[in-house]
Amino acid sequence: MSVVLGPSGTLLESLESRSRTSRLGRGRITLAVGILILGTMIVASLAAPLITSAKPDAIDPLHPLLHPLSPGHPLGTDSFGRDIFSRILYGGRIDLLIAFGATSVTAVVGTVIGLSSGYAGGWVDTVIMRIVDLFFAFPFFVLVIAIVAMLGPSVFNMFVAIWLTSWISYARISRGHTLGAKRQEYTLAARALGYTNRRVVLRHILPNVISYVIIFAMVDAVGNIVLGSSLGFLGLGAQPPSSEWGVMISDGQNYLLTAWWLSTFPGIAIILVGVGFSLIGDGLADILRPGD
Amino acid sequence: MTDPVAAPVLEVRDLHTYIATGAGVVRAVDGVSFTVGEREIVGLVGESGCGKSVTCRTIAGLMASPPARSTGSVRLASYGDRNLLDLSAADLQRLRGAHLSMVFQDPMSALNPMMRVGAQIEEAVGAHEKLSGRARRTRAIELMERVGIPVPERRMRDYPHQFSGGMRQRVLIAMAIAGRPKLLLADEPTTALDVLIQDQILSLLLELQRDFGMSMILVSHDLGVIGEMCDRVAVMYAGEIVELADTATLLEEPRHPYTISLLRSLPDVNSQSRYLRSIGGAPPALVDVPPGCRFAPRCPLALDQCREWETELLQAGAGAHTARCWRHEETRREDAWPEQSYESA
Repeated sequence: MSVVLGPSGTLLESLESRSRTSRLGRGRITLAVGILILGTMIVASLAAPLITSAKPDAIDPLHPLLHPLSPGHPLGTDSFGRDIFSRILYGGRIDLLIAFGATSVTAVVGTVIGLSSGYAGGWVDTVIMRIVDLFFAFPFFVLVIAIVAMLGPSVFNMFVAIWLTSWISYARISRGHTLGAKRQEYTLAARALGYTNRRVVLRHILPNVISYVIIFAMVDAVGNIVLGSSLGFLGLGAQPPSSEWGVMISDGQNYLLTAWWLSTFPGIAIILVGVGFSLIGDGLADILRPGD
Repeated sequence: MTDPVAAPVLEVRDLHTYIATGAGVVRAVDGVSFTVGEREIVGLVGESGCGKSVTCRTIAGLMASPPARSTGSVRLASYGDRNLLDLSAADLQRLRGAHLSMVFQDPMSALNPMMRVGAQIEEAVGAHEKLSGRARRTRAIELMERVGIPVPERRMRDYPHQFSGGMRQRVLIAMAIAGRPKLLLADEPTTALDVLIQDQILSLLLELQRDFGMSMILVSHDLGVIGEMCDRVAVMYAGEIVELADTATLLEEPRHPYTISLLRSLPDVNSQSRYLRSIGGAPPALVDVPPGCRFAPRCPLALDQCREWETELLQAGAGAHTARCWRHEETRREDAWPEQSYESA
């Protein structure tokens, strides 16, 4: 390309591409670290049987509350002599399922609702947004607890509760950015060129909305893991003897002063997954919106 | 220039567009009638808020309804005898791009920032024609060459933010002519560009208009641009056309006091005066329009009669020249104007 533009063009272009890549580069590094952390957690919980031979639910009454770094138990054992390392790996399956399962469904549903609401406008928009306001009027956590308590405590009912309540954030975000994009001249220009509504929404509005949704979804996934663990901790989500991380923290709370590792390691696992998702979100924010 | 009366490509008759706002009903366009002939360029000129853009957008069916409502008739020769104001959303969508197209004021925001430029042009090419991907690409490259974008094969892969303002406007023009429309609505196509680029874009529009045999409506507040480009000019004030004539007549022998004041307020390089002439006052709010001529409050020639009754467009001078002024016979006489009325600091 420098052949076409000559020396001054080359200089300009090299600087332009540099100022762009520095931002992109930073985003890529953040993203890579996030994927590395999250990827490790995912692979570790899926490949748990290959990593440790200890069964997560195998009770060993002779060796309760073993310290971390005990032989055969790298992170120690709990009050029933169950291996903490193995329990964290297997428990990760539940927590990661919550992160992906709950978040992906609500993200898609909420975005579709928000896009339609924002683009249609008029009474459709008014009705949908009043419903959203209604949900927002309740404290989110209390609402989820109420729904789970009504349906009965289980992981599936926890999913249902999150599906029913979490889409509103996505609807709000995507509606707001849809309204913004709708006011932009490129949307008017697209309509002036005779594009169909479907094309205008899918090709011109959605791409300008989706990055905000994806970035929020990463934050939301962290929130959902914390929510899942909290419900597990309260006895409303995954039930003992499941090794869901919140349940593990709950199990360990009586031993906080005498056996700190019972609650601490599942807590660190939650933090690691949270950091992984956050880094991915930050990295995507830099990469998906390079023009900003 | 051909005879505009022979076969108008576009006929706008008694067009009203009212917009409901929190402050009341804004009468943005209030009884506008004009025609655009085959291969003719008609200018719409006036200050900000006089209804030029709303007129254009109403013709293209781009005003959101609600809050906007339009009455009157807009007929396109290439689209049969149907009133465009009565078309369904789906019919309008098929009409736009193919029969009429629009170029916007701000090329910075009229391109989708998330899509490559080539993809956006290809999309415009494919909007009204079923074409293979290869054919679309070829046609997009042709169009880019046609509007003067160098090295189109390479520039296609760039994003809008990598284009300059002038180049973006060329891209938008390429997209607008992709469907070979008979009528191009150019809504202040050069306002956001600097003077040199402005000239290039205007030349390009003129060239394309000739080569493709298009008719054009050019909206501008710049009388210089209008004078260079247009065959006929409609001067708009407060939602109405106040004077309509061919360009030479309008610039040489304007009849409406507003047009005369506008022309007098152009800076004159030969003048010794240190002051720019301006028109005192501001246009009326279009929410609560008083009776009488809408220019009367600012008009140095206004009579009591002007504040009570508004006239139709009256035949003024020779040929197809009309002006909305009771005193259009006298306005050319220097002694009709109070001396200090248009000399302000």
